[in-house]
Amino acid sequence: MMDEETELSFTIAQIVQRLKGTHLHSQLERQAKECLHRPDIKLESLKDDVRNFLKVSGWERKLQNAVYRELHIRPPPGHPAAPPEHTKEPLAYMRKAQASWEKRILKSLNSMCTELGVPLARKRPVPEQRELSNKWNEMGTDEPDLSKFRPVYAPKDFLEVLISLRNPNLDSSEEVSSHSHWGLIQVPLHIRDVPQLREACPELTLTSGQLGIDDHPHVPADLFESEHVRLGKRVLSEQDSAAAQQYSRQGCPTGLRAELWALILNSTNDPEDIMHYEQLKAGVIQHDLLVDNLIYKDVKLTASNDDYYFVFEDFLYQVLLCFSRDTTVLEHFNYNSATPPKSYIQGKTEEDGYAVIYPPNEILMCEILIVPGVVPFHGFSMYVAPLCFLYNEPSRLYGVFREMYVRYFFRLHSISSHPSGIVSLCLQFERLLQTHLPQLFYHLREIGAQPLSIAFKWMVRAFSGYLSTDQLLLLWDRILGFDSLEIVAVLAAAVFAFRAENLMEVTSLASAEAVLADLSTLKVMPLIQIFVFATVI
Amino acid sequence: MKSRIQNTHKECHQTESVSVLRRDTMNNGLVDCVIKTPVSLQIGDTVTDMLRPGVYVTDIVFPNGKPIKVQEISFKNYYSAFLSVRLLRREEGNHEGATSAKWVTCLRNFPLMANPHTEAGSQDYFSVFRQQMLVEPDNVLSVRLILRQPSSAWLNFSIDEIKIYDCTQEDAQRCVPTWLSSLTNAAEPPFLQGLPDPETVSSSIQQMWALTEVMQSNQTTASVGRFDVDGCYDINLLSYT
Repeated sequence: MMDEETELSFTIAQIVQRLKGTHLHSQLERQAKECLHRPDIKLESLKDDVRNFLKVSGWERKLQNAVYRELHIRPPPGHPAAPPEHTKEPLAYMRKAQASWEKRILKSLNSMCTELGVPLARKRPVPEQRELSNKWNEMGTDEPDLSKFRPVYAPKDFLEVLISLRNPNLDSSEEVSSHSHWGLIQVPLHIRDVPQLREACPELTLTSGQLGIDDHPHVPADLFESEHVRLGKRVLSEQDSAAAQQYSRQGCPTGLRAELWALILNSTNDPEDIMHYEQLKAGVIQHDLLVDNLIYKDVKLTASNDDYYFVFEDFLYQVLLCFSRDTTVLEHFNYNSATPPKSYIQGKTEEDGYAVIYPPNEILMCEILIVPGVVPFHGFSMYVAPLCFLYNEPSRLYGVFREMYVRYFFRLHSISSHPSGIVSLCLQFERLLQTHLPQLFYHLREIGAQPLSIAFKWMVRAFSGYLSTDQLLLLWDRILGFDSLEIVAVLAAAVFAFRAENLMEVTSLASAEAVLADLSTLKVMPLIQIFVFATVI
Repeated sequence: MKSRIQNTHKECHQTESVSVLRRDTMNNGLVDCVIKTPVSLQIGDTVTDMLRPGVYVTDIVFPNGKPIKVQEISFKNYYSAFLSVRLLRREEGNHEGATSAKWVTCLRNFPLMANPHTEAGSQDYFSVFRQQMLVEPDNVLSVRLILRQPSSAWLNFSIDEIKIYDCTQEDAQRCVPTWLSSLTNAAEPPFLQGLPDPETVSSSIQQMWALTEVMQSNQTTASVGRFDVDGCYDINLLSYT
């Protein structure tokens, strides 16, 4: 614990260090240099004039947005005595659980590799490279033989790991106490209950307008919608990230959503971003990875079978194949409790400096490490699919997806104590249900249908593929707006509350699942609003 | 009851040290300490009672016997909810006669865990600085840490890796944590670890520039081979370590 002043100085120093040397930095310098030619810049007040110019021409705003983005993703300042793994994840038993889970995944990948005789990575022969390059925009038409491949893991395997998480210092004696927890998660993390949610999300209150509720055809547009759209256009013209995030809490209009999300995430589509994407594409063409097959398989199994997303199959390949080769995603491992898998170039050892991280992304010669290894699991492609409705340029789609992944989605499949981590979300869902719908919870438990076993698959995908797309995008508006995934847990509880009557009548797990099988007709915002603001406490 | 508490205090003085910390040669003021075994304060017989203690008291003395000026106390928490710190300060009494020592509270019920029943803060690292203390921690002979954990959810609680730093600078007001000064200090020459000296590098830049000019004039179509090692990217199985 440092006092506030030193903490602030430390934060500022850290952010300056990160932004130094970025493209924005060189652009700002260039702008400052070029503006010296302008007549309104006087020598006597040089510093103020240049600063003023940068403010007026919108460059200061860009810098503000970049700083705001850094504040979002930087890990909380650790104590100087704390080792780096502690900063990523303070609880020792969670680190251990994450490490053993990763080991299981690696074993699975390795055994797949040896069983199928497919190399983890190989360079493509030139004719194959040419063929892929020609087919780049229609990789979906390819029908490679993927029957031998199976997904590395499915959400239910991950759920088993989470259920088995135990704090060795927790008194789990059988006595009934005020902490009796009926659910599957046995870890006492701090989660927010309805009163705290009300305080944290005042924009969702019953008396304030929402897109998803007040844009219904029956509601006159000038009550809320037209004003909100006007405000959205204003926010976009100001190009202010923070304002866009605040705006998004009440929903983004369909026509402005793509721009607003890109603004909130500070994801640009400058020439350098396009070039970065092209470089990744070149990497895909040159090398073939085992994970590529896993990605193909996943897309074929999930997105291609979905009524809403099958048209975007080609886009999904273009994004995901590049994603597994992107070095910049590596940075998120600084605050992700996970670690990327490593491997060694055949014949060389670590001492020679030939260790690489797998999946590779730009395999740099010699110097160790590298890319992040995000091993795709069953359903991973569903994180990208909804974004295809917003962006049609692959490089833009890629940029937004990558930013959303390193800010939010990675927390849904790694074990950590973060309030937006999947463990906290599961616990929050169970606690909300137990506190506000105790009869329902008890009944479901008695028939052997633990609520989390049904809701987990929704939460792990942030409801992608379960809700209709327009509703899903409204939900993701709020994830961006409140900068937290808690709303996913709240929605899961709200869905159970909505279907409570039917659920009270079922007598088996199968029928409970049948009641909750189809969420495509649900309207998310009324459910969330009623659950948070109309529940009797 | 008072006698029972007195008994536990006696135990405190009988059971001896846990660790002695090395004096650091860097000037960050780490002080030698002798940390005694934590003693639980509970009513009833400590041995046969089923209830777990909710209060632990840990005494820290300085082996030299010299009083110190505390700058910072840092430690790692293990499921303690509240911390109180008391200091035994030497009071300058009469000039000739004995100087008396008095216990004062410099930190009262400092929350380490936001909610004693949940995990937040349970395994975090903390530092308590002299600016946060209620009294000036000067002439300190001994430090007493009182840990409280009211929740029955946990089996054990304690604090570990206790380090006490004293003020090494003359001007105690300007005591800045060393990591901050190392972060913002740009005047010192950079610590080169295996890297060449910047001066020699800049002098050889001229040669390199000439080389690039030569390269530009003789373009070659040979592949740079950025993405392979010896022409192949052929990797083994994934490593488990």
